[in-house]
Amino acid sequence: MNRENIYFPHLAQITRILPQIEDHKLFGLTFVDKSMKDNFSYRPGQFVELSIIGTGEAPISISSSPTRPGTVELCVRRVGRVTNALYNLERDDLVGIRGPYGNGFPVEELEGNNLLLVAGGLGMAPLRSLLWYTLDNRERFEDVTLMYGAKIPDEMLFKYELLSLLDRPDLRCMLTVDKDEEGIWPAHIGVVTTLFDQIEIDPSTTYAAVCGPPVMYRFVLEELLKRNLSKDRILMSLERKMKCGVGKCGHCAIGYKYTCLDGPIFTYWDAINLPELI
Amino acid sequence: MKMVKLQKKNLNAFLAGLEKFGDLHGPVRRDTNDFAFQKVDAPEQIAHDCLRTILPPKKYFTKPVDTMFTFSEAEGYRAPDKDLHTKIILFGVHPCDIHGIKILDLVFGGQYRDEYYFARRRNAIVVGLDCMPDEYCFCRSTGTDFTEDGFDLFLSDIGSSYLVRVGTSLGDDIVLETSTLFQEIGDTDRRAYKRRSAQRINSFEVEIHLEDLPEIMDLEYESRIWQELGDKCLSCGTCSMVCPTCYCYDVVDQLNLDAKSGSRLRRWDSCLFKDYALVAGGHNFRADRGSRIKNRYFHKQRGFVAQFGRPSCVGCGRCIVSCPAAISLVDVLTKLRSRGNE
Ligand SMILES: Cc1cc2nc3c(=O)[nH]c(=O)nc-3n(C[C@H](O)[C@H](O)[C@H](O)COP(=O)(O)OP(=O)(O)OC[C@H]3O[C@@H](n4cnc5c(N)ncnc54)[C@H](O)[C@@H]3O)c2cc1C
Ligand code: SF4
Ligand code: SF4
Ligand code: FES
Repeated sequence: MNRENIYFPHLAQITRILPQIEDHKLFGLTFVDKSMKDNFSYRPGQFVELSIIGTGEAPISISSSPTRPGTVELCVRRVGRVTNALYNLERDDLVGIRGPYGNGFPVEELEGNNLLLVAGGLGMAPLRSLLWYTLDNRERFEDVTLMYGAKIPDEMLFKYELLSLLDRPDLRCMLTVDKDEEGIWPAHIGVVTTLFDQIEIDPSTTYAAVCGPPVMYRFVLEELLKRNLSKDRILMSLERKMKCGVGKCGHCAIGYKYTCLDGPIFTYWDAINLPELI
Repeated sequence: MKMVKLQKKNLNAFLAGLEKFGDLHGPVRRDTNDFAFQKVDAPEQIAHDCLRTILPPKKYFTKPVDTMFTFSEAEGYRAPDKDLHTKIILFGVHPCDIHGIKILDLVFGGQYRDEYYFARRRNAIVVGLDCMPDEYCFCRSTGTDFTEDGFDLFLSDIGSSYLVRVGTSLGDDIVLETSTLFQEIGDTDRRAYKRRSAQRINSFEVEIHLEDLPEIMDLEYESRIWQELGDKCLSCGTCSMVCPTCYCYDVVDQLNLDAKSGSRLRRWDSCLFKDYALVAGGHNFRADRGSRIKNRYFHKQRGFVAQFGRPSCVGCGRCIVSCPAAISLVDVLTKLRSRGNE
């Protein structure tokens, strides 16, 4: 009872480890089984359950884009048992993956619109998937803007990758840090919401995708609502405790939704109706 | 639906003749008023006066502790095959518990089918038995006091006999196996069944109204009832364990002594436990007991309705009987409804 088993972790090899910032690494994983490797597809915003053999499982957003198949990239912060065990592994070691799970971003619905991606901290992990998806399908979207804020330059994820996007003509890439004591930061300084004064939002043709720590949501939502963006054009990726990822274990249930099935991407309107959500 | 009649004096002979269909399980008396579903060696061990077992039949399909995989560094994960294919006959399942199983079928089915659950479901024959409600039963209010499916056979008491409803083709095979024990039903039996049914309907002492409960719950989301309940609740989780439709589980990986191999287990969990919504970094989405008990009520009576079109409570009364803090679901729902009218 392995193949038809929804809980079966498929073995994948660690093919790349890229340290990002302290306690955050990007892991490139490739399925051992050829048909898994060839057929694994997903939407930006979906997540997988990552198994470390002998330790356990954890839900992790997919950081890579489905437009670049073959390797699944996960950006993992070291926080506890499973994530620590992952950090003890090396290139070529095996892990287990099942998924992809969750709704992901409604990319078809986003097509033909302006996109505003707003990320804070580790929230860049799921948004990186959407970012590359839009850049790789650039003709399907109107204006694309990324706002990403970190506390200090040393805490910015995917820093060099993102800095290299600064002069791309088809992307408005707005990177900011709260503080730059060393005076090394080449871009904006200030919390992410201070970037809003530099942009125009056309509420009828814009979707916003917001992902970051809980404190960030309040301020970003305020800015978006002030600019008349409707509540169901604001998409957020939210976290909950998860065990199964497939709507069985109950842990991620909020009100009448399961974060793992109905989310992790919710609209702000969903959030208003699910009092516990943010 | 095909119906036949089985004289009560022939019941044990009938059950004894079913060996080839599986191991016989039924409610057995553990103490004066305590009953448990378990394997019996002979049908005589079954307690026919059992109204409510401590644990519901879910324990056969989603086990309190279940091995999902064994694993090793070299081979990865392997699902155990044994223990999923034991054939059983589950005798004496009351309508509320049959509805409980039907609800779990919904939860474990759907887009992602849980084969651990369904392998065991396929191997269980369900023989239902009717019952007379006590002061804790409210299955009439939850619409789960009768059932038209979810069983292979269903026995209703009509005096000196049972009227047997045959729900599946397998159920029919079972009847045909000992066909000499069964008779056709006649007019007296039909009358007796209707009498019994009417008597049963009139025997409910508890009644609650569920139709507009989702709206009432939304209205009372901020009610202080939840805090009051939180102050009483001990977070022991008993209500979840005994509930026929509570299915939450936790997953843990356990290493063998060689530290290289081990097993991934799942075990029953409760949303009332303190660490149920605790995540890395120490953030707890439901740190206080009031929010946890509110979540239980909302999920059963509100969330499940939105998801599956009906509340997941089947009115068995187990959580009321078992709560060490004397918290009664019926009282809570009644209070929510009448709040503001006092
Ligand atoms: C949809 C989703 C996407 C996520 N994406 C990422 C990502 O891209 N990168 C990343 O680093 N982290 C991500 N997380 C958080 C990550 O799942 C947790 O940090 C991880 O589970 C911690 O596990 P641990 O064993 O190392 O920590 P421990 O504290 O030892 O874990 C204790 C237990 O709590 C559970 N748990 C703890 N924190 C969380 C949490 N936040 N969410 C769900 N379960 C939790 C674990 O399953 C474990 O059983 C995501 C979480 C969710 C729900
Ligand atoms: S059985 Fe009673 S005390 Fe125990 S968790 Fe449930 S409501 Fe609380
Ligand atoms: S909530 Fe209580 S009464 Fe309702 S099905 Fe569960 S145990 Fe029975
Ligand atoms: S993670 Fe198990 S139900 Fe959502």
